[in-house]
Amino acid sequence: MLKVTGLNAWYGESHILHGVDFEVREGEVVTLLGRNGAGKTTTLKSIMGLVPRREGSIDFRGREMIRLMPNHVARSGIAFCPEERGIFGSLSVTENLVLPPVVAPGGLDTDTIYTLFPNLKERARTAHGTRLSGGEQQMLAIARILRTGAKLLLLDEPTEGLAPVIVQQIGRTVREIKQRGFTVLLVEQNFRFAQTVADRHYVMEHGQVIDMIPNHQLEASMDKLHEYLGV
Amino acid sequence: MIMIFGIPGPLLFGQLLLGLINGAFYAMLSMGLAIIFGMLNIINFAHGALFMMGAFASWMLLQYAGIGYFPSLILAPLIIGVFGVILERTIISRLYHLDHLYGLLLTFGLALVIQGLFRNYYGSSGLPYRIPDVLQGATDVGFMFLPNYRAWVVVAAVVVCVATWAIIEKTPLGATLRAATENAPLVQAFGVNVPRVITLTYGGGVALAAFAGVLAAPIYSVNPNMGDNFINTVFAVVVIGGMGSIMGSIVTGFALGVIEGLTKVFYPQASATVVFLVMVIVLLTLPHGLFGRRA
Repeated sequence: MLKVTGLNAWYGESHILHGVDFEVREGEVVTLLGRNGAGKTTTLKSIMGLVPRREGSIDFRGREMIRLMPNHVARSGIAFCPEERGIFGSLSVTENLVLPPVVAPGGLDTDTIYTLFPNLKERARTAHGTRLSGGEQQMLAIARILRTGAKLLLLDEPTEGLAPVIVQQIGRTVREIKQRGFTVLLVEQNFRFAQTVADRHYVMEHGQVIDMIPNHQLEASMDKLHEYLGV
Repeated sequence: MIMIFGIPGPLLFGQLLLGLINGAFYAMLSMGLAIIFGMLNIINFAHGALFMMGAFASWMLLQYAGIGYFPSLILAPLIIGVFGVILERTIISRLYHLDHLYGLLLTFGLALVIQGLFRNYYGSSGLPYRIPDVLQGATDVGFMFLPNYRAWVVVAAVVVCVATWAIIEKTPLGATLRAATENAPLVQAFGVNVPRVITLTYGGGVALAAFAGVLAAPIYSVNPNMGDNFINTVFAVVVIGGMGSIMGSIVTGFALGVIEGLTKVFYPQASATVVFLVMVIVLLTLPHGLFGRRA
């Protein structure tokens, strides 16, 4: 579904990605693991077109995306949930939820979203999206991209800074949306969480993918993984 | 004769009405500035010139095409709005990657060029624009004679201000605008064509200025400098109301018009400076303005 080859990216003079290669197949949940600064977030942003300069190839369903503007990437069916969540304080919770335009048929309707995220239904009338708790904001950030009909979701550290009970809830959500036919590319620092949701893991270091570990081999690869992640 | 605080009633109400009229223009102009600033991060110094172009457009429509006041109330903002869109696409958009100061300098320069061109062709003595027949005359409202056209200006300004506020605060389109003001790259990554939204926002802000210009044409003579008389005060209004706040612009615009009008009655010497006195006091106590959001 998504095939990234030789992806390079720059912020000004800094060369961040040095030839990233990986692949995500339809219906999979794939994670990018790695230490801080390995280039995981930049990889997601490069796919969306949110970096100043990038080269290489991003093939999505047979279409080359490397030169597309972010709005055209989104329109072709890729949705992005940023690390800082990107909830808008000048928009109500409902306005935040319906902000991303529908780009294709087959997105979840509001009722289904409220079944998946009961908290959001209770808070729907909240006048400022940023009044929600961190966990609720993360739910909202995921919920709003399920509406759009995009089938490939890029989630950047959805568990960051959240309480264990919320992390479990997000894990359930990711498994649920996988069952509903979504494909997920997940950036994570927390491989214990990644293990509960993903099919495969790519390990990144110094702006490159250095290894791929299928989820069922993760336990067996613990020593290697500890070395990669420095934990 | 009724006396209020030792001032003859008709004089007081007359100045109040004048203040309200000026306030109507302050509100419409500063609202456009606020919308443009929020979206483009540019202080649009050409706003006064575009207001003037709106007045000239209605004068030209009448003079050369025989199109009257009410159709030009729609047509002139459309024409000048399209002119704004062209300005944004061809010139202003080239500066977005630079410091805000460049946008300010550019639009200031544009204002001088536009004013110079109009002065060259039409002189600066001013051209008359007749009040439309249905709005001629005055109505006796008991305590004073209310000129019909001036009442119409206040009503039209309030309607336009409230409608603009409602579009921005209550509609999905407005939600997209507010979101893009907060975080334009993310909104674009959701599939919204943000550059186009920015262009249309500038066009919309310009159209508001032109609409105010059409309303102003019969009151003030149509001349190339008519924007200058307003624009200084309007910038003060934007600062007092809080940069980028729509409601702030509307309320502050009307309030400052009235304060200015009352100052003319009670202490005329200060009428030209009172707005800036208010600005100093507000900024000392509330650095983000009356309605500004804290960053």
